[in-house]
Amino acid sequence: MRPLTLRKLVLQCFVLLVILFIVVIGALKFGAVPVSLYALGRDLLRVVIGQSSQISSDYGLIVENIRFPRIILGIIVGASLSVAGTSFQALLRNPLADPYVLGVSSGAALGAILALIAEPHLTLPPAVAALLTPSCAFLGAAATITAVYFLGRREGQIDSTTLLLGGVITASFLSAIIMFLMSTVTSGNTRGMAFWLMGNLSTSFQKSIYWLLAAGFFLASGAIYTTANDLNLLLSGEREAMHLGVDVRRVRLVVYIAASLLTGLAVSVSGAVGYVGLIVPHVMRLIFGSDHRTLLPTAALGGAIAVVVADTLARIVVAPNELAVGAVTAVVGAPLFIYLLRRRLA
Amino acid sequence: MRRGSALPRITPESPRLVNEIRLAVEQVSYAYSANPAQAPLFTLEATSFQARPGEIVAVLGPNASGKSTLLQLIAGILHPMSGRILLSGFVVHSLSPRTRAQRIAMVQQESRLLFPARVWEFVLQGRHAHGSSLRFESRDDVLVARNALAQVGGALLSDRWMDRISGGEKQRVILARALAQQPLLLLLDEPTLHLDIAAQVGLLDALRRLAGENRYTVIVVTHELNLAAEYADQVVLMQSGRCLRVGPPAAIYQRELLEQVFQTPLGVEMRANGRPRVTVLPRR
Repeated sequence: MRPLTLRKLVLQCFVLLVILFIVVIGALKFGAVPVSLYALGRDLLRVVIGQSSQISSDYGLIVENIRFPRIILGIIVGASLSVAGTSFQALLRNPLADPYVLGVSSGAALGAILALIAEPHLTLPPAVAALLTPSCAFLGAAATITAVYFLGRREGQIDSTTLLLGGVITASFLSAIIMFLMSTVTSGNTRGMAFWLMGNLSTSFQKSIYWLLAAGFFLASGAIYTTANDLNLLLSGEREAMHLGVDVRRVRLVVYIAASLLTGLAVSVSGAVGYVGLIVPHVMRLIFGSDHRTLLPTAALGGAIAVVVADTLARIVVAPNELAVGAVTAVVGAPLFIYLLRRRLA
Repeated sequence: MRRGSALPRITPESPRLVNEIRLAVEQVSYAYSANPAQAPLFTLEATSFQARPGEIVAVLGPNASGKSTLLQLIAGILHPMSGRILLSGFVVHSLSPRTRAQRIAMVQQESRLLFPARVWEFVLQGRHAHGSSLRFESRDDVLVARNALAQVGGALLSDRWMDRISGGEKQRVILARALAQQPLLLLLDEPTLHLDIAAQVGLLDALRRLAGENRYTVIVVTHELNLAAEYADQVVLMQSGRCLRVGPPAAIYQRELLEQVFQTPLGVEMRANGRPRVTVLPRR
């Protein structure tokens, strides 16, 4: 018997943190305008010793104001989607579950698309206009979470099967409305809509938004992490978990709300980046096992790595143009998922 | 202790223990209904019995007689409509899930895992209720789990995958996880269902021994009349949601009664060790 120890957990997370650091450096270096590692190192040192005012080089601007915020966004989005995916797979006892399975992303997409349609008709100050789409997306996500919660209740508490069915139906209903809007409404930013539906990290926000996202991520993931042991037991079934001392009702509620919140935050700033929340948990499970005490933090780091890598590829593959990061994750993710599925069957 | 050996099977350490009632089911009833406005689909009528430490109680009856409902009520998963269930003086369904799991362990018919797990990981799950919810297993937990696995003769299975062991081995591992909970009360729902005859006898031998050694009170729901006759100290006989009789096997196993309950011709004979044996007769 080799039970999990804190030391082992810290070591695994440390290895992934190192990989994330390397990936971040790579993401800062590569792009339409190449940046030398030397310049990166020099600027980083200047930031560390508090002389960031001396960063005045051309690419200093690119690195600090364009690439860095985008990487931070990628880290938060990737980590949020992976943690949400891991949680939904355990909560719904379904290996095919991903953060979008309960319709949160469709709700967010509908909110975002309504905002993109309305935007040209409104005269808003630029600061408000910039936040209109993400705010409407978040409202759409929140409304969907609430609706699916009430659809998924049986005898006063959440029932996994009912929740899954309710979520899937809601998602397809909302997608139908989106298709209807996109094919009938001619005004508005159609390219923006398509880009939003695919998922992308190209929007930059005020600094406070990044702090808000990070706070939301740590709060919601922290809440999920307190149920890590309970989620392990839920894998053998809700009845068994009850017999082993899990307060199943409480766990379901905490995980449902927190995982939905993570998804809602991620989609409202990046659109629906696909496959990350489905595949990263499976890959991490293959590497580190299915104990959620390890799986949740490693999936968070793995998701961050995956999205930063995918977004870097999205920026450089057709430079100086760029792809939507969701297109890259889908192109890489789908074959990877088929591989994992075949491996599991074999 | 060997199968079929003479009574008595309980060897109390002190006279106090002889009289200690560990489990008291007092006039417990329950009703399932599709919705509150409709008449119940199934009703469990008032049921009462008591069990002492080290005792094995078999709950017998045909399908849909309320056996599993009774077991879920004792486990505290269902709340009784009336009456109460006391475990060492505490009302079971008002305990928190955690406290309940420290005192009551349930062995289900089968355990399906979503993702693969090692046997030792599975057995360690039994320690969940002993400690805070977010924690790492202690040396004590590992020791308890290892002992539990050894007690069911599964020490060598420790590193195997749960989905790569046989049905009989799996049943023993599930039992080990229940033992790792260090409960006062061990509940089993048709534990012999998918086992061959040798594995059935092996499991019940283990239960008999464990009930004696660890002073568990064991409640087992089963369809195996002869195994129940051989191993149980008490039998609770159920039919269509009613508890017909409670008593030692020799008193309950009467031909007319069993024939009426199970709706099939049966022969009952008393063996030399004082335990009855049932044979199935062709329909007249």
